[in-house]
Amino acid sequence: MSDKQMTEADVVDRLRSGMTIGIGGWAVRRKPMSLVREILRSDLTDLTVVSYGGPDVGLLCAAGKVRKLVFGFVTLDSVALDPHFRAARQAGAIEVEEYDEGMLQWGLYAAAIRLPFLPTRAGLGTDVLTANPRLQLVADPYGSDEELVAMPALHLDAALIHMNRADATGNAQFLGPDPYFDDIFAMAADQVFVSCEQVVSTEELTAQGRAHRVVIRRLLVDGVVEAPGGAHFTSCVPDYDVDADGLAEYVAAAKSPRAWTAYLDKLLAGGSNPEGVSA
Amino acid sequence: MTNDNEVTRAEVCAVACADIFRDAGEVLASAFGTIPAIGVRLARATFAPDLMLTDGEAHMIAGTWAVGAPAAGTIEAWSPFRGMFDLVWNGCRTIVMIPVQIDRYGNVNISSLGDHDRPKTQLVGVRGAPGNTVHHSTSYWVPRHATRTFVSQVDFVSGAGYDSVRKAGPAARKYHHLKRVVTNLAVLDFEPESGAMRLVSVHPGSSVDEVRESTGFELIVEGEVPFSRLPTDAELRLLREVIDPHALRDKEVPA
Repeated sequence: MSDKQMTEADVVDRLRSGMTIGIGGWAVRRKPMSLVREILRSDLTDLTVVSYGGPDVGLLCAAGKVRKLVFGFVTLDSVALDPHFRAARQAGAIEVEEYDEGMLQWGLYAAAIRLPFLPTRAGLGTDVLTANPRLQLVADPYGSDEELVAMPALHLDAALIHMNRADATGNAQFLGPDPYFDDIFAMAADQVFVSCEQVVSTEELTAQGRAHRVVIRRLLVDGVVEAPGGAHFTSCVPDYDVDADGLAEYVAAAKSPRAWTAYLDKLLAGGSNPEGVSA
Repeated sequence: MTNDNEVTRAEVCAVACADIFRDAGEVLASAFGTIPAIGVRLARATFAPDLMLTDGEAHMIAGTWAVGAPAAGTIEAWSPFRGMFDLVWNGCRTIVMIPVQIDRYGNVNISSLGDHDRPKTQLVGVRGAPGNTVHHSTSYWVPRHATRTFVSQVDFVSGAGYDSVRKAGPAARKYHHLKRVVTNLAVLDFEPESGAMRLVSVHPGSSVDEVRESTGFELIVEGEVPFSRLPTDAELRLLREVIDPHALRDKEVPA
């Protein structure tokens, strides 16, 4: 079994401008922020980002990295609307493919199991269909009168996810209450990079009956990055909760271009993987 | 403190929201906004004991706890976001959402205002509204009933209304059901034949005229419109002492 440990910079070396990149987590929960920061440091551009959106989306939009966003929402929870994402949208700076959040899962799942589409009722009767002219309907081949949305597979060039623990080969584990959709993001992607709070031995990973929390299996994983505090300022329960001050700084950075530049300088200071950035 | 004899508008709204869940059965109940959150807990604590509620994260919690405080009760099941769409698509769920715009047929917008390619105002996104509205019973809560919310046409149909699902065909219509719209002025529903919004009751202190003036389209008004019901004594006690002891309801609907 190969040791897949690498740095954030190694991960970004394997990404290319123009790629479609899926980002795991949910809103302000378990976002791979140290990998996102590394993208901000890079000259990557023109990305299509697929996300249950939180500050990962706002940061990449504000830094001009995003050509297109595939999403169902972008929110910071305690702050309902992400100011950086709003600014990008209201400036017409990014394209969007907007889906119902269940459709997003369905599209990722179709890609995961290598189907061109999966049928669903979600989207019918709404402007999700009119705003996405590529969406097609499919008739029930078994003779009912139902016509359903054929949700196209959302294939990813790469998936970035952050977990609580992983072993060096890429088996990775959530210790909080929710796996979110990270394993589906992983299966939908050609390349999968997992950052984690701590790399541990495989024995430790599955000890104490915690094997069922290893939802990412090494056969999907290309790189493992040990990144303590790697989800900061989003939560990585039980290791840490959302950092309210970090979130407030992020929001305040949308006030002016100067505030953004100062924030970015501070955020990216100290090079790759600075432990507990701005904490 | 609220005078025991004087029921506030917010309290009338809370029981109107609770009544949305009457006869909902044994389903997952989701409620956005302070007053719907009060309403769903009130409903479960009284006439709808079979409802399941989540803590907003990954657990379903039994018991009754205060709004604005962490969920306090027995964890009765695991409910990660992952399983949520299964429950939605299975239909064993009901929800109250807050629209930014709503029209005569119950189309709602929570995505963006203005041109979708370059919105004047970007909102949160369609979230689960498209899926919710074609899979299970959906209701809406509008804390400030006004023509800027009750519009003749919404900018981006995020949740499907009756005219939209009728146009979209049998698969869209099959499980679509918009149950109620509760506002700070009134309770509304949809006339079965036309699918158009209908006035059910006005809250004490408001009037049919006020509701009409605050609505940017024509409402169906049939005969004499009754006043919305008042909370019972038992409901008032639960509401004031257990579910909303810090009167957060008054922030959403000022007295």
